[in-house]
Amino acid sequence: MKRKRKGSFWAGCFLAGLAILFVGTGIFYTPYDPNQMNAALKNTAPCWTHWFGTDNFGRDILSRVMAGSRTTFLIALCTVGIGTFFGIILGAITGYFGGILDKIIMRMNDVLLAFPSLLLSLVFISIIGIGKYNSIAALGIAFIPSFVRVVRSEFVTQKEMDYVKNARIMGAGHGRIMFVHILPNTFSIVASAITIGFNNAVLAEAGMSYLGLGVQPPDASLGRMLSESQAYLFSAPWYAVAPGMVIIITVLGFSLVNEKR
Amino acid sequence: MKKRKILTLLAAALFLSLALYGCKGDTDSKSGTAETQAPSSESDSLGEPVYGGSVVVGITQDLDSLDPHKAVAAGTKEVLFNIFEGLVKPDEEGNLVPAVASDYTISEDGTVYTFILRDGVKFHNGKLVTAEDVIYSIKRCAGLLETTDAEVKVETALANIKEVTAKDEKTIEIVLKEGDIELIGYLTCAIIPCDYDQQATQPVGTGPFKFKSYQPLESVELEKNAEYWDSALPYLNEVKFQISSNTDAAFLQLEAGAIDIFPYLTEDQAKQLETTFRIETGHMNLVQALFLNNKAEPFTNEKVREALNYAIDKQGIIDMVSGGKGTILGSNMFSGLSKYYLAELEDYYPYDVNKAKELLKEAGYENGFTFTITVPSNYQFHVDTAQIIVEQLKQAGITAEIELVEWSAWLEEVYVGRNYQSTIIGLDAKLSPRDLMERYTSTASNNFMNFNSAAYDEIIEKAIKSTNETEKIEYYYQLQKILAEDSASVYLQDPPLMVAVNKKLGGYKFYPVYVQDMAHVYYMEE
Repeated sequence: MKRKRKGSFWAGCFLAGLAILFVGTGIFYTPYDPNQMNAALKNTAPCWTHWFGTDNFGRDILSRVMAGSRTTFLIALCTVGIGTFFGIILGAITGYFGGILDKIIMRMNDVLLAFPSLLLSLVFISIIGIGKYNSIAALGIAFIPSFVRVVRSEFVTQKEMDYVKNARIMGAGHGRIMFVHILPNTFSIVASAITIGFNNAVLAEAGMSYLGLGVQPPDASLGRMLSESQAYLFSAPWYAVAPGMVIIITVLGFSLVNEKR
Repeated sequence: MKKRKILTLLAAALFLSLALYGCKGDTDSKSGTAETQAPSSESDSLGEPVYGGSVVVGITQDLDSLDPHKAVAAGTKEVLFNIFEGLVKPDEEGNLVPAVASDYTISEDGTVYTFILRDGVKFHNGKLVTAEDVIYSIKRCAGLLETTDAEVKVETALANIKEVTAKDEKTIEIVLKEGDIELIGYLTCAIIPCDYDQQATQPVGTGPFKFKSYQPLESVELEKNAEYWDSALPYLNEVKFQISSNTDAAFLQLEAGAIDIFPYLTEDQAKQLETTFRIETGHMNLVQALFLNNKAEPFTNEKVREALNYAIDKQGIIDMVSGGKGTILGSNMFSGLSKYYLAELEDYYPYDVNKAKELLKEAGYENGFTFTITVPSNYQFHVDTAQIIVEQLKQAGITAEIELVEWSAWLEEVYVGRNYQSTIIGLDAKLSPRDLMERYTSTASNNFMNFNSAAYDEIIEKAIKSTNETEKIEYYYQLQKILAEDSASVYLQDPPLMVAVNKKLGGYKFYPVYVQDMAHVYYMEE
């Protein structure tokens, strides 16, 4: 039993590592300028000079996938960051204090949770407008409720623990108890929420850009590339495969890592 | 063990897809090289026409009405063109040729049009076309009938008609309030029987094909009009217009061989059909341009607009988005209106980055500037063009940013609100240069580029009023020149129209208006 779990964990590490290495390289180096067009190289199949082929503008797909996954990862990280930050604050307050404030915030939270996060972000986008930074904000807001829920449930159980009571008897303030005493103990749960959230954020960004609401052309992002490649699915299938593979590897990798427990 | 199985499966799927696209890539790069060769004019080597047979034509819009005077959608008119005819009808060169009328004259001052009706023209219900029918039809189009049907789309240009009378059985006289020789372009309005009220369900006209049946969202079927006045036409016995919800669905039907003719292919689809169909290329008759808001900074400065014109490589755009088959435009007119089109403007602004930089320096934008291109997101063609322009402008130190908006937002913000810096769109037009050029009048409600030139306003008034053909053409030449010289916008191209035609068929014709003429299509002798 034990070996099986380990296997999937290491496979996850390998895939996630691969994805991170890919994106990491993309920050410093891409084989070509990702926006460099070349009419002579339109829709070239993968070859030695263009490993993943070129798109309908003759742009190198490998370079674009690198630049695109960088954008996607950045958006996903910011999104999860926003979600975690506000999730921890709101979850800690509601879980720790309880009472009427808890009821109000959690019911609002339930309302937001009732909508799929992509739908919720669409609503925010329609209010604040299209764009890279707007989509970070919209996705971030949409990701808060799930984090609130996770953090709150942890706080509810932790606050009854003896060490919390001890701390209170010793005269520690509420803020100190919440963030210095309890928070570190919720780390393992929050960490897995973050990895799951990161996966969802990657997919959500891809979804948004696919719908044309996230990253704007000519900038690349994984979803944007998938959306653009759709028209060439039959004549240039490599176009869709490259961003699709990066998404698969990333999401699969992080999911497997997360299943270690 | 379950997890390992899933992993193995996934890995297998990945490798399989890699292997698959490897194969596909090879075949495609071959057709890619074939594409770069000049398209051969196959129409010369086509076989002899034979009569008979039936074809299926793919269209992507349902019809909005079968009554030719109620239909407004271009997608409906392209079908009805085969059932109905006016006194005159357009030919493939954009000239108006007599149809129900056999001859016509226009008085010197352009106020009196006299038509002689053709002998023996019959409606599809067997009745002869009388002067009464013609008067009724024209009055119905012009909204001059005593009881007007609210659904009839009244042609505003025909409001200029004072009266329509029959001189005798074969002669119709149309008197206008003011002289206008361009009105003939609007007398293509369908001639229908005056005592028939089933047009919306069982249309009756004089065209080369008779209406047979219509299934909403599915198809329109037509059959040969054996008593058509031109006894040589049509060749085909039956034509079926098959309605597909979108081009992708139509494309699959094409590949399956269920459709014989499909217009409006994308360049990419055309490439894929190259081996199985004959791809005929015509003009879309659009003015695709990077329209500049002449009232928005920095485009208030003519030098900046000029610099943009030099900094954009139009041929580069055509090579990229139109497979090299588009026509470069130099002004707001396309070559379909051949009589008025001034071809010399095509290379008025050659691609010259240094010249662009020089002009920018003179204008005080030595370090370039940043501007936004607002593009309607539903037109991938324009979005692609915008991306290329962004790349090209980098060479001249200009930073362009693309803002994608929905079509309705585009109409509201750009077209009506004029709250934008620049946009990419294609303008279409009727068979009249006035339709294209009048929008640049400083007071025109559709002058969304805010172009303002006193000289232009003056000349266009003369052009519209002129009743002398050569003089009129000269005026329209001048107008095109003004638009080019003042760099009103960056005119890009008239995109190619690519049509897939079954290799056994011949006679497909391109028109400068949006129609599918099936009368000249024929099966070739084997």
